[in-house]
Amino acid sequence: MENIIDAKGLSCPQPVILTLNAIKKQKSGELVILVDTETSRENVCRAATAQGWKTADIQPEGDGYRLILRKEG
Amino acid sequence: MNNVLATKRGIIGVGIAIGVLASLLQFWGNPANMGICVACFVRDITGALGLHRASVVQYLRPEIMGFVLGSFAAAHIFKEFRPRLGSAPIVRFILGVFAMIGALIFLGCPWRAVLRLAGGDFNAVLGLLGLAAGIWIGTRFLKSGYNLGSSHKTYTSVGWIFPIIMLGFLILIFFNPMLPGEGKSGIIFYSVEGPGALHAPLIISLVVGLIIGFLAQRSRFCTMGAIRDLLLFKQTHLFVGLVSLAVAAFVTNLALKQFNPGFANQPVAHTMHIWNFAGMILAGLAFTLAGGCPGRQLFLSGEGDGDASLFVIGMIVGAAFAHNFGLASSGAGATTAGIIALFVGLISCLLIGFTMRESM
Repeated sequence: MENIIDAKGLSCPQPVILTLNAIKKQKSGELVILVDTETSRENVCRAATAQGWKTADIQPEGDGYRLILRKEG
Repeated sequence: MNNVLATKRGIIGVGIAIGVLASLLQFWGNPANMGICVACFVRDITGALGLHRASVVQYLRPEIMGFVLGSFAAAHIFKEFRPRLGSAPIVRFILGVFAMIGALIFLGCPWRAVLRLAGGDFNAVLGLLGLAAGIWIGTRFLKSGYNLGSSHKTYTSVGWIFPIIMLGFLILIFFNPMLPGEGKSGIIFYSVEGPGALHAPLIISLVVGLIIGFLAQRSRFCTMGAIRDLLLFKQTHLFVGLVSLAVAAFVTNLALKQFNPGFANQPVAHTMHIWNFAGMILAGLAFTLAGGCPGRQLFLSGEGDGDASLFVIGMIVGAAFAHNFGLASSGAGATTAGIIALFVGLISCLLIGFTMRESM
């Protein structure tokens, strides 16, 4: 199941809060987070790593990035 | 991640660099325990422009221009310049006003709170505890859905406005240079005595500001974020940067014989513990609701964030109010008007926090 969270345009620390809330709801699998700054990209990846998730892929999309986070079930 | 400065080692290195440079700025002429103080320096700029007329705090501090322009350069070199705005601008303006009023009751922003401690001013402990308490209140709002909404992309020229204003300030210094013993040069006010009269040579201040602006943009250094992430996410990333700054400034102060421990007679400080504490509760809460410490708001302004620029303009207005209405503390302590403004600020920030929450 793919869950997409749009954190574009949100200032610090909203993208991380949204990511952590999603991780809390979804214990494993795949999450897609959309961000539009490098700071958000770094912060989201760092927070996900701390929760045992992996950054599976970072794709440039529009003016930002599509972050794909994954955790084995 | 290909950004070295955003790694753990990177943020520690940046913290150390800022700590050493701040202490050196004091050695080179900036006021004691005020190598860098974003709140104080923005206040001095406000005075130099004549927007308040407290004669002891008037100087166009080149460090502030350096912060914005250094970040602007870094953002362009690394293709991170993102002109954006539109996330509750009036709220960010108001938060800037009250952040400044709170900081001037304590007499320093978080940067200076750490530098005061590193210089042996133990009153800073109360300020730092207040800062942490204010940030903690802010994290409660963040946890319950506080959100100022999305910004949106805008024209490149919009992102250039604030850096151009900073460039304009540098041009003002160039055409209205300080004249020894004179309180005014052309249209710009200078301090003949007091902290505003103490400053490192212009070019050094500017270069150090540019270096710090560059490093801080790359590393996302933020003094409020350091404490917020620790309280909110138990994340130590930014916090180790802040601790590195404190330790580096402390060691440099020892080496330069700038360490004078105690509570009484500290430079540009007062010993009213409760108001040191409460002033920084207000500042900490306002920074948290706005998403960044005053330094970070300058770095964000440099990378095109128009909302962060409005926070800084709010700080300028806050500084003008603080001195025109006698809200700012002095060595003698906090003022009655300042305490009233403190409560108005706290109520305003709490209302912002309570009423600007999305249903989760």
